[in-house]
Amino acid sequence: MKMPEPNRDTLAKRAEIAAALARIVTAEGSVIVDEDELRPYESDGLTAYRQPPLVVVLPETVEEVRQVLRYCHENEIKVVPRGAGTSLSGGALPLADGVLLSMAKFNRILDIDFDNRCVVTQPGVTNLGITNAVQHKGFYYAPDPSSQIACTIGGNIAENSGGVHCLKYGLTTNNVLGVELVTIEGEVVRFGGKHLDAGGYDMLGLLTGSEGLLGVVTEVTVRILRSPETVRAMLTGFPTSEQAGDCVARVISAGIIPAGMEMMDKLATQAAEDFVHAGYPLDVEAVIIIELDGPAVEVDHLIERVSAIASECGASTIRVSESDAERQVFWAGRKAAFPAVGRISPDYYCMDGTIPRGRLTEVLRRMAELSVKYDLRVANVFHAGDGNLHPLILYDANVPGELDKAEEFGSDILRLCVEVGGVLTGEHGVGVEKRDLMPEMFSENDLNQQMRVKCAFDPLSLLNPGKMFPELHQCAELGRVHVHHGETRFPDIPRF
Amino acid sequence: MTETLRPDNPDQLRDLLAWATAEEKTVEVVGGGSKRALGRPITADHVVQLGGMAGITLYEPNELVMTANPATPIGEIEAALGEKNQQLEFEPPNYGPLLASTGGGQGAAGGRSNVPTGTLGGAIACNLSGPRRIKSGAARDHFLGFHAVSGRGEIFKSGGRVVKNVTGYDLSKLMAGSWGTLAAMTEVTVKVLPSPEKTRTALLVGADPARAVQAMIKAMQSPHEVSGAAWLPASLADASGVDLIAGHKGPVAALRVEGPGPSAEYRCNALREMLSEFGATEELHSMNSVAFWREVRDVMPFAAPGDQRAVWKLSVPPAAAPDLVDELTAIDGSDAFLDWGGGLVWLALPTGADASHEAVRAAIERSTGHATLFRAPEEIRRAVPVFQPQPGARTMLAQRVKAAFDPKGILNPGRMYADI
Repeated sequence: MKMPEPNRDTLAKRAEIAAALARIVTAEGSVIVDEDELRPYESDGLTAYRQPPLVVVLPETVEEVRQVLRYCHENEIKVVPRGAGTSLSGGALPLADGVLLSMAKFNRILDIDFDNRCVVTQPGVTNLGITNAVQHKGFYYAPDPSSQIACTIGGNIAENSGGVHCLKYGLTTNNVLGVELVTIEGEVVRFGGKHLDAGGYDMLGLLTGSEGLLGVVTEVTVRILRSPETVRAMLTGFPTSEQAGDCVARVISAGIIPAGMEMMDKLATQAAEDFVHAGYPLDVEAVIIIELDGPAVEVDHLIERVSAIASECGASTIRVSESDAERQVFWAGRKAAFPAVGRISPDYYCMDGTIPRGRLTEVLRRMAELSVKYDLRVANVFHAGDGNLHPLILYDANVPGELDKAEEFGSDILRLCVEVGGVLTGEHGVGVEKRDLMPEMFSENDLNQQMRVKCAFDPLSLLNPGKMFPELHQCAELGRVHVHHGETRFPDIPRF
Repeated sequence: MTETLRPDNPDQLRDLLAWATAEEKTVEVVGGGSKRALGRPITADHVVQLGGMAGITLYEPNELVMTANPATPIGEIEAALGEKNQQLEFEPPNYGPLLASTGGGQGAAGGRSNVPTGTLGGAIACNLSGPRRIKSGAARDHFLGFHAVSGRGEIFKSGGRVVKNVTGYDLSKLMAGSWGTLAAMTEVTVKVLPSPEKTRTALLVGADPARAVQAMIKAMQSPHEVSGAAWLPASLADASGVDLIAGHKGPVAALRVEGPGPSAEYRCNALREMLSEFGATEELHSMNSVAFWREVRDVMPFAAPGDQRAVWKLSVPPAAAPDLVDELTAIDGSDAFLDWGGGLVWLALPTGADASHEAVRAAIERSTGHATLFRAPEEIRRAVPVFQPQPGARTMLAQRVKAAFDPKGILNPGRMYADI
């Protein structure tokens, strides 16, 4: 992975830049230049890539963020925003010549408003921190990425994070009501608030999932939901993955939208079972955990219907949780699937493509062929409800060339996802990881149009460069309209 | 006279817009034409009619996904979905009857609320959503991807046909609610969902706005998954076509629940019990519920023949609604009703010279949120800001985003704001 060539002038002015930042952010320890102290920031959740930043700055107020960004803009210094640094796609990977802007000190919840069913918070609060702040009244924040104990709501907005309950409750973008944003030019703007539909162009929707390339979020308003009265889970096992895929399709075509529907293949199931002893069946090719929530009368009714469908599809195991403790046990293996796979292999590489559900069997078959070709094992964990695949490629980084091989295998899987009508990333983001695969899905026109939107917010391309786009073009070039006045003929089309 | 151009495919549309950009000719983009009386009036050199690009191109019920050309009538979409017991969860409204008095919106179906007007592309481009907005999100939340021709005259796409997708910027969100000012869409893909088995509506009779909003807040805080929460004052409830709403001779708050039969019944009963502390309760079953929520969705209380008043749509924090209603209905000849649990205030005012826009904007300043002048004669929509004016930095960003798609400003010029 090639990052943009560091700017030598910027590298040379490191001390000067640190001093200038320290004049803006004055609290002790808020500007970090010491090599050892920079090390914790050198990577995010995609640990294969490491790069210490030029300098780390930890502002505490919106005004400080504004001044830091304005200073960087005026001096043409790159900026990488960072929340908790849990990105799995390298979205928060530092740049050698870039200021790392940590939002860690924005860690307060500002307003809990049960009447309007929303929470106003600073971006450095963790995802789970929001639920923790409202659950005493029976509320919660719906999106639940598996890193929710650590990842921040600001980072969730940057990545449009998902979780296992997306099919019914949506991604981050469907649960955010408003943000305050500071642009690289130092403008503070607000989109949305406690009301619905932000008004004007939907910049709120655009910013969600923009991977820190458009601005720095300094305040967030999210909607909160009342927890369902009852939640029950079913553990089902199928002799073939075709039958499992069939079951998922038939549940949905019966008009049932489960709160969660998670599939694991044999290897993932075995690893999880060895790790947490959840009682998963080991004689099956696929396990599906189906969670249903709502009033007891609805959940019981739907469990009956889903059980019938699973039986018809040939399920060899159907167990229904009879207590919340049992439900947690069903989930324990799924939630520990990644670390469980980590136990059976020195390293693993987690992919994140999405496919149309109906193509699952074909994709699994072709993935098995790729596994043979690359001579690397792959374990599959799958958000079956919404088609989001997490193949885990098992490799050993100490074997020369094996990381490269795993990355190639991963790229082939993502190409396959696109080929069958899916996408490169369902919830982890493009970052540096999938940056160079973007042309698999998008034409030059498509990418240029996205980059023009980037230019509208960041004309000098200073915010998080090297992420998302394979090549950042100059805004002036992108903005040019290639027409020759008078030479374009009036098109020959029907008129009235 | 303005010439109407009717491209039949994306390539023709690209040629047309490339020409328009080169010659700096402006165009008004029209699907079914049902929403031409919404927003600021446009004076463009040409009308581009997308009617030649209609029809469903992909519908996979098991995948919960549908792709269609932009001018596919909503009626056709809903009929196809209905066959598989599915629906557009955002309840695209039909404003035909509401807008009839200002000369727009009638489309081919005329002014009847139960005959849908409009196209899928139009519903998405204007991001208009019905009462289920509070539970299921807006049109934009069900919009997965699109193909379009930009104002630069270039074909491009964004998003995809799967629900979970974070690949690149989510330009679908920008398209939804851009009123055709950024690009002309040539294909849209939406998420569809199963239709509920059963619908029930719990009614609370006799509550003024303050008590009704309190009751709606309590219901929305319950675990009962309320999918519609509206309040009508006595005068508007009286005019409802649903006897059980009109018969009470008093204000009515309504709370909808949908789902499997036993669940809808259970939740409706639970809501009635919860509401009983606020006053007498009643309930509507499926048929009456569908009829009533269609009236709310389509703003039928202000669509009576001869009602020429200006209509405002205010999106506010729900708890702010009672004060707003008190303040704005103090204007002589005005009426208001609530949707979205109080978060949506529909306000009718005597049109006067300027639709009382200063009073409305001043009120929204205090409540926070935004106000749209939804129905008014063309000359007023030309003179008064139709959409909520945006502070300086937001206007600057909006202008730059506009220029990123349409540098010469040829697409629907001035539809949203005079300078966009």
